[in-house]
Amino acid sequence: MAGLPLYAQLINLLAAILLLLAFAMLAQRRVLSLIDLFAAQGVALTASTAIVAWGTGQTHLWFSAALTLVLKVFVLPWILYRLIRRLDVRWDVEGMVNIPTTMLIGIVLVVFSFNLAYPISQLASTVTRSTLGIAIACVMLSFLMMITRRKAIPQVIGFLSMENGLFFAATSATYGMPMVVELGIALDVLVGMVILGVFFFQIREQFDSLDLKHLEKLKEPE
Amino acid sequence: MSADPAPTFALWATLAAIGAWLVLGAIGLAAPRRLRFVSRVLFPLGCAVGAALAAVALAALDDAPATLVLPLGLPDLPFHVRLDALSAFFLVILGAAGCAISLFSVGYFRSSDGTAPGLVCFLYHAFLASMAAVLVADDAYLFMVAWESMALSSYFLVTTEHRIPEIRRAGFLYLLIAHLGAIAILLCFGVLQGGSGDYAFDAMRSATLAGAWPSVAFFLALFGFGAKAGLLPLHVWLPEAHPAAPSPVSALMSGVMLKTAIYGLLRVGFDLLPFHAWWWGVVALALGLLTALYGVVFAAAQTDMKRLLAYSSIENIGILVAGIGLAILFSAYGMAPLAAIAATAVCYHALNHALFKSLLFLATGSVLHATRERSLGRLGGLIHRMPWVAGCALVGTLAIAGLPPLNGFVSEWMLLQAFLFTPRLPQSFVNMLVPVLAAALVLAAALAAYVMVKFYGVVFLGQPREPGLANAHDAGRPERVALVALAAGCVALGVFPGPVIGLLEPLTVMLAGVPALAPGQGSWLLLAPISEQRASYAPLVVLVVIAAVVLLAIAAVRRLWHGRVRRAPPWDCGFPLLTPRMQDTAEGFGQPIRQVFEPFFRMERELPTPFDAAPRYSVTIGDRLWHALYLPVARAAEAAARVVGRLQQGRISVYLVYSFLTLLALLFFVR
Amino acid sequence: MTASGFLSQLLQLAVALALAPLLVGWVNQCRAWLQNRGAPPLLLPYRTIHKLFSKDAVVAHGASPLFRLTPYVVFGAMCCAAAIVPSLATDLPFARAADAIALVGLFALARMFIALAAMDVGTAFGSLGARREMFVGFLAEPALLMVLFTASLISGSTSLPTIVETLAHRELGIYPSLAFAGVAFTMVSLAENARIPVDNPATHLELTMIHEAMVLEYSARHLALLEWAAALKLFNYSCIGLALFLPAGIAEGSDWLGMAAAAPLLVAKLAAGGFALALIETLSAKLRIFRAPEFLGTAFMLAVLAMLVHLLLES
Repeated sequence: MAGLPLYAQLINLLAAILLLLAFAMLAQRRVLSLIDLFAAQGVALTASTAIVAWGTGQTHLWFSAALTLVLKVFVLPWILYRLIRRLDVRWDVEGMVNIPTTMLIGIVLVVFSFNLAYPISQLASTVTRSTLGIAIACVMLSFLMMITRRKAIPQVIGFLSMENGLFFAATSATYGMPMVVELGIALDVLVGMVILGVFFFQIREQFDSLDLKHLEKLKEPE
Repeated sequence: MSADPAPTFALWATLAAIGAWLVLGAIGLAAPRRLRFVSRVLFPLGCAVGAALAAVALAALDDAPATLVLPLGLPDLPFHVRLDALSAFFLVILGAAGCAISLFSVGYFRSSDGTAPGLVCFLYHAFLASMAAVLVADDAYLFMVAWESMALSSYFLVTTEHRIPEIRRAGFLYLLIAHLGAIAILLCFGVLQGGSGDYAFDAMRSATLAGAWPSVAFFLALFGFGAKAGLLPLHVWLPEAHPAAPSPVSALMSGVMLKTAIYGLLRVGFDLLPFHAWWWGVVALALGLLTALYGVVFAAAQTDMKRLLAYSSIENIGILVAGIGLAILFSAYGMAPLAAIAATAVCYHALNHALFKSLLFLATGSVLHATRERSLGRLGGLIHRMPWVAGCALVGTLAIAGLPPLNGFVSEWMLLQAFLFTPRLPQSFVNMLVPVLAAALVLAAALAAYVMVKFYGVVFLGQPREPGLANAHDAGRPERVALVALAAGCVALGVFPGPVIGLLEPLTVMLAGVPALAPGQGSWLLLAPISEQRASYAPLVVLVVIAAVVLLAIAAVRRLWHGRVRRAPPWDCGFPLLTPRMQDTAEGFGQPIRQVFEPFFRMERELPTPFDAAPRYSVTIGDRLWHALYLPVARAAEAAARVVGRLQQGRISVYLVYSFLTLLALLFFVR
Repeated sequence: MTASGFLSQLLQLAVALALAPLLVGWVNQCRAWLQNRGAPPLLLPYRTIHKLFSKDAVVAHGASPLFRLTPYVVFGAMCCAAAIVPSLATDLPFARAADAIALVGLFALARMFIALAAMDVGTAFGSLGARREMFVGFLAEPALLMVLFTASLISGSTSLPTIVETLAHRELGIYPSLAFAGVAFTMVSLAENARIPVDNPATHLELTMIHEAMVLEYSARHLALLEWAAALKLFNYSCIGLALFLPAGIAEGSDWLGMAAAAPLLVAKLAAGGFALALIETLSAKLRIFRAPEFLGTAFMLAVLAMLVHLLLES
């Protein structure tokens, strides 16, 4: 442990914080706090990218850190806040499964993904390879959050934080993707967000609610 | 084992004890209706035999194994007996607990209880003798004969009050599952002998099993002994049979008989099987912890004091099996010192559970006698009426809740130490899993404290919930002596773990290959399994310090201020119509656990409406496994029986046709 | 056991006994400031304890000897716990007799006795408090143990002084698992010390009480001992938290100069910790009782995660 360089230790710490935030999102009932947690995840991601950039001297990572900061800490939370104000949906989120059970499933997922990552990280050469397991766990936990929530906005936040996990895997375990890919993903996320925002308005106009269970009515009558 | 070790005094003495118990039972059978003779003479003699057996076995713990071939047995198949450290240790449990329970029984059995006292005496002593025979058996025949006599005698003891239909039903369920288990054990021995046809345990030790056979043998043993021990999902008989039996019998079944299943598992797993696969350990560990959690969650929801204790037994069996799993895991990876710690924890916990569970079952027996009431909702405030029973039960309650400085804590401490040192296992998956499992163990232990506060608080504390409780009387003298002896055992085992573990050393060496305590570590005062830097525990010091602070505080308060006391009515919050019925009932106390663990239970609630003249609330807790597993099996069996039943025509000629067709078919195939 | 070790042991026990009520007074004062109320005097808990000791004890009819013995046992268990937790120095001979697991056991012992005593008189409120206390405890206790296990895994020992020595004098390294464990520990301490969001120490409504409902029947010297024990519990938890997560400054062995330096540092750390506690209590609202398992379950899960993270990242 103490043999690692300082930046690797910091990355490990940030990885743990990302996981902590993923669990906090899983346990959170309120939409507004969920957005705050998402923004916090963005901050941690920015910091970890910046630290990788500083530690390995890869300059293009500075750009992706800046991109992350702008997009995930300011733009997306701002859009989400606006959406909530415009749609006037400040309700608490009732999950489909109660929270302790969700957390228990989360722990199982963490054990699973740690084991999944173990052989891969043995092969990897980077010093921060052990964070790969955490990145996978973050993706899984966000997926779990999407599964257990009923309303549309928490699902979108789950989707976004899943992307966070992937991004973290890319930066910490392999020192980043090519800039073109990163820009592409960032644009995709932004466009996806805008489209989903339009969808929200459409869904609500149709059903007077953002509860996704109404979508079940769309299937063909039997 | 090179030469046949000669029979020793201890082995002869053990056989003599078995014989003496059988003789006592036979005398009882000869005088079935003479209650005074049976209770004043035969039971005290049985108690003396138990004490002698415990003493002999204790002295034999570090003797070399002794074997003997008995001249009796099945034709051409003489019985083999053997006394080694494992047998001796479980004989100590049997002797000590049996001694206290026999002493308690002196005043317990009354003539009005269904079966005649002489018959009960016979069954009781046959039960004791067959358990001892199970422990010394050295071949599969004697083992199975003793095992089945144990099941039968306990079945008849469970159905002592056979006029009550529920008790008959409970007994039947018990018998059914016991036989299911016995079949698995029989098959397990069949696998273990490895085709040699020799069913002596010595032959099984030297038999070489290829391929998947060792795993098959292990899981058959886990199933068979698990059925006797109450391992999930074969636990359903336990909460039915224990409350149905008279209290001394419940104590014997829970305290000792369940341990024979643990003995069997240890015997097969560590003695007869040549090696361990790591995944056996993981399965046993997971199953054990699941059982522990399941048992304790159900215990929290019970409203009958003996059912509550029965579920708590399931929890403790779960902990024991988890410990066995951990020991197997370690020994599969060749980590003998850690396996030794886990194995010692298992044996220690078996001994502890025998003491405190017998104590608590006997205490419920006294309460039952004094009040004729088993339902927690109608008890309360007995600490004033039954101070001896209440005091001893308090010790048992604190011990079973795993609190320092009593004995339950010592074994849990050792087991947690074993869990804590796992992170050196080579398999990363197991490495990650074990901390999660340790968390489950700790959760079960913490829930046990909840359950025991409920048990003790509702039975002994508060105000009497029924007016009849004012006439409750304390236990008689023999009962008191038995209870105090068991409570003293709990304290002694809690305060002096060092010497006890020293005594267990031959057993640990036999199971794991090395002693649990590294040489030079710890002392009679200080328990330090690996090294003092890693972990140490000295319960006597803790006890002395707490006692010193308590005494000092009392003295200081009296000296610096005063010790004046005034009595007044309790605070009623300005509502003067408080009655004892407004205290928390057992249902009320368990309600939070019911709510949190709701998916575990199958609840049927009866809620009063606002218009009821006499509003009534009731809730019955069902076992989901019973509905999900047992009832479908029973239905399938019935359906199959109906299909087979079509063959029954009632006409001789039809049956003759069946025989004829069978004969033809056989001749065709065998030709 | 050396003479200096014995002295250091006694000194730390005395410090715990003396400072515990002060910590409670300080937290109350901070909370009053933060809530724009007039603050009670800092030394009020001492005066309350003295006043209670001087009064005549009123014991309910139908109370058994268990009821009168309990305050002393609870106080004894808390003193024992205080003798294990390193506050100034790590030279604690008594800590060899009881390690971190035994520490949790001692807390459980106190909890069990106080719950039994609450059921003893047989009023509705007593048993209600006992039930809720055990309900909170059954999740808080494993979570606390898991936090301590994480620290034990890092230092390879369950003995608290050894853990503190390893953590305080280690090579500079960041332990992400301690971040998880720290959050879990904070949540557990709030629940265990009857603080908002699980319990409200200032409530006067019996139906919402947990700890106060249990001690409703106690008066005079018994109540004084229980209050003192509760203060000791808060002090112990604070010291465990400081020892695990901010161990810098605790003297190694019985180094008297180091202890002299550690004393003001301890007071400063406790003052900051007490302020943080008051801040948390001011900023959060009390949970419904059935939200408490969620809160504590989260703490438990976080503590388990801390162990997992340790195994993944730090081994």
